[in-house]
Amino acid sequence: MDIVIIGLLLGGTYALMAMGLQLQYGVARIMNLANGEVLIAGAFGAFWFFAGTKASPLFALLFVVPLAFALNWAIYRILILPLVRRAKNQGKLEVDSILATFGISFIFIGIMVAAFGAQYSDYSYLSEPIYIFGERYGLNRVVSFGCSILLCAGLYLWLHKTRAGLALRAVSVNPSAAGLVSINVIRTSAFAFALGGAVTAAGGVLLSMYLTFDASYGVVFTLKALIIVILGGVGDIRGTIVAAFVLGLAETAVASLIDPGLTLAAAYILFMIVLLVRPEGLFGRRTA
Amino acid sequence: MSTIEKAPLVGGEALGVSAHERRTMLISVLIFIAAGFVPLVFDGYVLQLSISVVMYTAFATSWLLFSGPTNYIALSTAAFFGIGMYVTAAGIDLVPYPVLIVASGVAGVIMAAVVGLATLRVSGVYFVIFSLGLAELVRQFMTWGQHVFGTMSGLYVTIDRSEPMYYWQLLLLTGIIYVAGWWIGRSRLGFALRIIGNDEVVAVHCGINTARAKVVLFVISSAFASILGALIAPRWGYVEPVVAFNPFLSFQVVIMALLGGTHRLWGPLLGVIPFTLLWELMSIEFPDQTTLLLGVCFLLIVYAIPNGITGLIEGAWNKRGKTDGSVPGVLQRVVNGSAAVKNLLQRGKTSA
Repeated sequence: MDIVIIGLLLGGTYALMAMGLQLQYGVARIMNLANGEVLIAGAFGAFWFFAGTKASPLFALLFVVPLAFALNWAIYRILILPLVRRAKNQGKLEVDSILATFGISFIFIGIMVAAFGAQYSDYSYLSEPIYIFGERYGLNRVVSFGCSILLCAGLYLWLHKTRAGLALRAVSVNPSAAGLVSINVIRTSAFAFALGGAVTAAGGVLLSMYLTFDASYGVVFTLKALIIVILGGVGDIRGTIVAAFVLGLAETAVASLIDPGLTLAAAYILFMIVLLVRPEGLFGRRTA
Repeated sequence: MSTIEKAPLVGGEALGVSAHERRTMLISVLIFIAAGFVPLVFDGYVLQLSISVVMYTAFATSWLLFSGPTNYIALSTAAFFGIGMYVTAAGIDLVPYPVLIVASGVAGVIMAAVVGLATLRVSGVYFVIFSLGLAELVRQFMTWGQHVFGTMSGLYVTIDRSEPMYYWQLLLLTGIIYVAGWWIGRSRLGFALRIIGNDEVVAVHCGINTARAKVVLFVISSAFASILGALIAPRWGYVEPVVAFNPFLSFQVVIMALLGGTHRLWGPLLGVIPFTLLWELMSIEFPDQTTLLLGVCFLLIVYAIPNGITGLIEGAWNKRGKTDGSVPGVLQRVVNGSAAVKNLLQRGKTSA
């Protein structure tokens, strides 16, 4: 029972983080390997805000999210777009964007190490117990989970109930066909990329409430987000959410039953199973 | 799907060794022999730097064997290197050292085969992602294993070797990698991989077993990284998970190969030499900012010199309008491609 609840709580935050990457990879078609660093930057934003004001780190969302949006929009317009224009085919773009976002991620790490140091950082907020089915859990975990779910639900509704969301989904399905129905594909992609970065940074703020992190920890989150996106199926928001909970549960089970040092191994084994059994993801459609 | 029967390579000329190839080989052998004299002339710092250069050339060239023709960015060098180190460290007191070098290679082959079979059958992006975390994955398993079996987290590797000996060992391996690369480039396997790199769909329609070709080459390329682990372990003397599976190595290797250029076997060499010297300088000047600098290097290469130094040289060469037997760069690929199509058509006729 313990494992299930902690796993679900973890999965909630993972869902938010992976939705960020899903928007960047599924809609803007950029495999952003700097995603985890954006998440850690969000976490540092909350850490810095809490250290300075002692107010709830949730308020940090108010400045972290717009900043991350602007920053990711700029990254797309300045760094990624030239690659999109230069690329002769999707394969070439993939290689280029992987390399470029690696560069960006290293620059992020370098700046964060310079600004906050290389040591582990955490802060204590709402670290009082809450009882669910008679078991103790950290209140910060539950609050973080609640906020993630609210944001996820908001995003899901926005994508499915508004015209802008429809445009995003159209680009995700087929960029050239979206262009034919007078959707500005480049602007939509830039928006999706920026929104994805903002969502990921929000995930970072929420994760920082109960997780210890350091500047170089981003790559682990990038990997987890990627595994979730692939497990759920590229371009499938529903799948992403389910996959996030699957990963949260699997990790918690391995951490508490075998060894806490094997969480990435758990994620990887899940990844391997997906690749061998259903490479198109849980809900993905098999392409011919 | 029928596999292609043993057939002559591109055109008739490639069956033998052309005059141009013979010249290149002669120059390569001369450079190799000249490089062998380095430890006799230099010692101390210069020798250390030379060892680094040879080591990274071996890493980057073996990386290129797979990632060059396929365009799949493998980030698993550190994982295979670490495996080689651990095999050596674990067996150093039990079996003779040369056996361990072979054993490291075998360990690399097994791991590469498992990873390759799982990831190389689907989209290239998945392979990149998997290789990115492989070092961390193996490190977690190692740490866990040591924890469970209660062994020490670090292992000592003590055998008596002088610095020139390390240099010669690494140089010899580099030579072997070059020969392997040259041989693969001429073989049907290399030809198949070039087609895969240009267009995987076309490759499948040509009847190439793309998955098998990719796995075989990934195995060869990774085995070299493991053997390098075995060669370097005694020089470091002490092996522990954090050091052996340092993911930084994978990125350095990729960046050196990209800087040099990935469509020529000698490309990495041109990247390794400037990068090693530059990196030495930078890590002395800015020891705390190496990650930031690595990021800047990545961006510079992607935006400013996407085809690497060899691309720049060949660009300049093409502009001079020199197109004797050597037909460099893009032209070469066109020639290869059209010859390949002709070859296939002929084969189609004979089998029909």
